[in-house]
Amino acid sequence: MLKALFADSSPDGAHQGWPRVPVDADVWRAIGEALREGKLDLLGLWGDLGAVQCVLYEPATRQIASASLDARSGKVPSLAPFHAPASRLERAASDLFGLEFTGLPDRRPWLDHGRWPVQHPLAESSRPGAILPPYQFLQAEGPSLHQIPVGPVHAGIIEPGHFRFTASGETVVRLEERLGYTHKGIERLLCGKSIDAAARLAARVSGDSTVAYSLVFARAVEAALGSRPPPRALWLRAVMAELERIANHLGDVGAICNDAAFSMMHAECGILREQTLRACASAFGHRLMMDLIVPGGVAADLEPAGVAAILALTEGLRGQFPELVELYENTASLQDRTVGTGIVSGALAAQFAAPGVVGRASGRAFDARLSVPYAPYDAAPLQLAARSEGDVDARVWVRIQEIQHSIGWLERALASLPDGPVREIVRAVPTSSVEGAALVEGFRGDVLGYVRLGVGRRIERCHLRDPSWLLWPLLEAAIEGNIVADFPLCNKSFNCSYSGHDL
Amino acid sequence: MSYSDWLIQLAQTALVLGTAPLLSGVTRKIRARLLRRQGASVLQPYRDLLKLIRKEAVVAGNASWLFRAAPYLIFATTWVAAALVPTFASGLPLGAVADIIVIVALLGTARFLLALAGLDVGTSFGGLGSSREMLFASLAEPAMLMAVFTLSLFAGSTQLSSISAYMLGPGAGVNISLALALVALIIVSIGENARIPVDNPATHLELTMIHEAMILEYSGRHLAVLEAAAAVKLLLYLSLIACVFTPWGTAVAGAGALAYAAGLLAWAVKLALLAFLLVLFETAIAKMRVFRVPEFLGIALMLGLLGTILLFVSKVSR
Repeated sequence: MLKALFADSSPDGAHQGWPRVPVDADVWRAIGEALREGKLDLLGLWGDLGAVQCVLYEPATRQIASASLDARSGKVPSLAPFHAPASRLERAASDLFGLEFTGLPDRRPWLDHGRWPVQHPLAESSRPGAILPPYQFLQAEGPSLHQIPVGPVHAGIIEPGHFRFTASGETVVRLEERLGYTHKGIERLLCGKSIDAAARLAARVSGDSTVAYSLVFARAVEAALGSRPPPRALWLRAVMAELERIANHLGDVGAICNDAAFSMMHAECGILREQTLRACASAFGHRLMMDLIVPGGVAADLEPAGVAAILALTEGLRGQFPELVELYENTASLQDRTVGTGIVSGALAAQFAAPGVVGRASGRAFDARLSVPYAPYDAAPLQLAARSEGDVDARVWVRIQEIQHSIGWLERALASLPDGPVREIVRAVPTSSVEGAALVEGFRGDVLGYVRLGVGRRIERCHLRDPSWLLWPLLEAAIEGNIVADFPLCNKSFNCSYSGHDL
Repeated sequence: MSYSDWLIQLAQTALVLGTAPLLSGVTRKIRARLLRRQGASVLQPYRDLLKLIRKEAVVAGNASWLFRAAPYLIFATTWVAAALVPTFASGLPLGAVADIIVIVALLGTARFLLALAGLDVGTSFGGLGSSREMLFASLAEPAMLMAVFTLSLFAGSTQLSSISAYMLGPGAGVNISLALALVALIIVSIGENARIPVDNPATHLELTMIHEAMILEYSGRHLAVLEAAAAVKLLLYLSLIACVFTPWGTAVAGAGALAYAAGLLAWAVKLALLAFLLVLFETAIAKMRVFRVPEFLGIALMLGLLGTILLFVSKVSR
């Protein structure tokens, strides 16, 4: 399908990582058709100066490619009428660049709440901020429906987001999210930064995925500059990524159970998560491993003592984690809450290219480590964790499986770590703009990164797409028909990032 | 009735209020230890109350007089109800003028006021909490009454002191109706005190709240009074179960200082034990889906009913 679409165009030579094909409006619409037919997955869509770009993945051939469309006129045909998942991405691009997507059914601003000092902050000429009309939530009609507004300030200490429930008694008829409260302007901050400064910013897009973000940024920069980090660095990066995954999945499994008021699981998982973070601290010098993955390699080598700390951790997890899995399985009152709650249908998961755990719990066999393999996973593949039920229980089980797979993978990887340097200073100095793109599997799902470097190796444009962009809309679908009181449970089983989404 | 009886009654009334936060603190401490946490001091609820009383009470602009008055009324009714339950001594003056049905009625009044207060400000969470509370109350209250009827049929009286005395006497033994009433009473206690699996007193998730949702708009002294009322209510239910089903050691009015001291000790031990069992149960179970709670409370109602019917049948056939 990708081949046929791009038969008449040739890829741009400046773009590395995977091909980027400049297309015209007709091909852009043809892409929309292919998305509608489900032959392609939309992995991301973002604006640029005078252009829009989207990343497409073809599940049948496991090929990935970008398409870019000239938008110097300020108008581009919208993909949203063909493919609903494009809607929020286009609304965000419209907010940031002032692009007009013709045919976009939903024209409400998304990230811009009318509180920014400027409008269209990433456009060539931004306008002073304007007060926007009040946000109109979508209507639901019927007898005795009532609305429940929740957030953006919540009773607990969590990130801000507004949820507008329309309920019939306790049953949710419609949920609409309003996000963008933690917009920090990271993409604008990235513009003009040096690679090192940008790497630090990229690591802070979403703190719990700092390894994934550092990795995707580093890989995109390396692709753009044609640099190859030493083999040992590649393995150490993956070790960090798997440790991050284990720590976060442990936290999630506990937190999901805690939202069903089963706090014993939360306490026990919390202990294991803490052990993982401490092992990370003693192995790499930072509990979350922030700023350790840098373009060119890694900033800290793993000493034998660090290897021992991680192996002690995996051994401990092997002993204790199965007991918790058994506890989860044998607690009927907990199963009663998770089984059959918040179902995401396989069709919807496929349409939205549901990243990570949510996709794999609904039968979407996609894991960036396997589907778009990168070193070292191409040489040491992992097993795909998969379920098809699509409920909260399935998402818990995918996490449990992934923890187990990652433990096994870590042990194998540490036994065969290659020797050698861990960092190669990237010396290439481009004479014109170069671009790179990468896809990395974080604990939430695939994180997409795109970098364009200009002369002097300054960032011209960097876009980091959090998996939450594609997960948040699915949460709206998952809760439909469930009861209001089950929303926290569904929400926690998705565990979408606000920070990564609002950027 | 002598003056000393009234003194003891007064002491007991003060005691339930004075020790209720301690009971909350103890349950939280036990829970923390079961979850492998250190936990806050058992005195923490007192500090929390003190902190809340000192804080400014923020009241919504559209709150009516009801919103301000409700906390005190709820507190007063709950406290009076708690004072009617024999703790360390039975046969006290107040118990003679008000029976267990009055206790149920007082608690019902408190609940009604709380639900009204939840609705008063017009926030969605208050309404959500009130509607859930009323849904559960429509089953919990009759269940409580059925259990009470079983007990009073047994003892031939609705006075708690008489029931307690009957239980100590030779007439009572292991009886199926009694067991059914006990289970019904335990289920009602769990539901009424917003414990897991019905409600989670420690949750921060607005959408799952029941009791907490109704008091979400309260702050400062209003919240302090409501928190104190909730603590007193837990003490009331545990004391009630202890008084009826484990009446041993309770002093009888006018028995003398030594008997009172022994009664006090017995009461403390019983309460600690019940609190431990409650927390143990809570730790081992997840919260129910909201729509399953009526089934759970329905069980209590059915058990209470069954207890009463069985009692009738056995009396008739005897």
